[in-house]
Amino acid sequence: MKVVILGCGRVGARLAQLLEADGHQISIIDSELASFDRLPETFKGQTVLGTGIDADVLKAAGIEDADSFAAVTNYDNTNIMACQVAKEIFGVPHVLARIYDPGRESLYHELGLETICPTTLVSTTARDILLSLAEQPAAETLPIAQQLNESRIAVPVSTVNATANNGGATTIQVSQPIQPIRRVDEKTATNGKRLRGLFNRNS
Amino acid sequence: MYILVVGGGKVGYYLTKTLVNEGYEILLIEKNPKKVAIYGERFGSVVVEGDGAELTTLEAAGAARADVVVAVTGDDEDNLVVCQTAKRLFKVPRTIARVNNPKNEEIFKKLGIDVTVSSTNIILSIIEQEIPERGLVHLMTLKHAQVALVEATVEMGAPVAGKSLAEFNFPPNVVISAVMRDGSLILPRGDTVLMPEDEVIALASKESEEAFRQMMTGS
Repeated sequence: MKVVILGCGRVGARLAQLLEADGHQISIIDSELASFDRLPETFKGQTVLGTGIDADVLKAAGIEDADSFAAVTNYDNTNIMACQVAKEIFGVPHVLARIYDPGRESLYHELGLETICPTTLVSTTARDILLSLAEQPAAETLPIAQQLNESRIAVPVSTVNATANNGGATTIQVSQPIQPIRRVDEKTATNGKRLRGLFNRNS
Repeated sequence: MYILVVGGGKVGYYLTKTLVNEGYEILLIEKNPKKVAIYGERFGSVVVEGDGAELTTLEAAGAARADVVVAVTGDDEDNLVVCQTAKRLFKVPRTIARVNNPKNEEIFKKLGIDVTVSSTNIILSIIEQEIPERGLVHLMTLKHAQVALVEATVEMGAPVAGKSLAEFNFPPNVVISAVMRDGSLILPRGDTVLMPEDEVIALASKESEEAFRQMMTGS
């Protein structure tokens, strides 16, 4: 899969590294040269200097034959515009935008953009952790991941227990195992896809 | 008519000032508190502090009852989000976006923005009108971006020179709308003969532009 990533901050650099380890071809865009220092020396992909909402820069990064596009700059509006350009102008099949503002994230998700909202994810998970640490019940269980547009997937909530081990570090134990996610789509084969949990299981 | 202006830079400032003087109901949304304070002193309570791309700001500004939202910040991506949010969420009938990068004008239209204004493009076409060698001048791109209003001057020896509109084979999707000759306007008919130095204004589709230019200039 050919992936174009906009934004080589901490998330963008890490995302590039992970996807390359999964065997995909990466092209990453950033407006500052120093940002590419975050990439590991083993990075084999392409780096492009420029603004990701400029069609010429996107073309230089190979957007015309990209399979996926992820916009993970720190700026919501840039991510929103870049994903729309990738999807509507260049016809990239799968696009993902990081949007910090929950209100905007909700609107654009409804408009058909695949989105990820760190604000919602972190606040919900942090709340789960804190409540578990204090052994308090949650007033409302909340999904910790977004529903994807096409397949109506939601991650079920697992209650989290935290225990302190001897070394003083806290390990998080998941009391119910995180269910593997299955694509509910009649057209495709029945292979399931796993969504990596936000925290590791205590082995 | 209630108008919301987002972005208190030079454009937003003068736009607000003009609209206030013309008696419209207007609200300017600007992020920078210092600017808000200064403008407040000059215009009164038509300026409010906030990020016009945030839903809560637009809601508090009464976007739901706005007739027009104009996004004139210096960043195209901000203007895009303001207009899309105003239109899709608040159902504002008319949204206008300033486009700084001329290449984004066509992109914005494809992404559903009603009206885009690119001062760079406007100035470009004015410059081009002064340069005779250029051949074809873009006066205006129509909303659907596939058709433009163009102008070309008939050159000596061009294929179309000396021929009437009826007898000349024009490319498909070209409509001759007006002919300017010696300062007078001629509304063209089949028997109108095009002469060198006539300025011809036509509606032309993107694909036919080059063919139209060639028949006007002979090159």
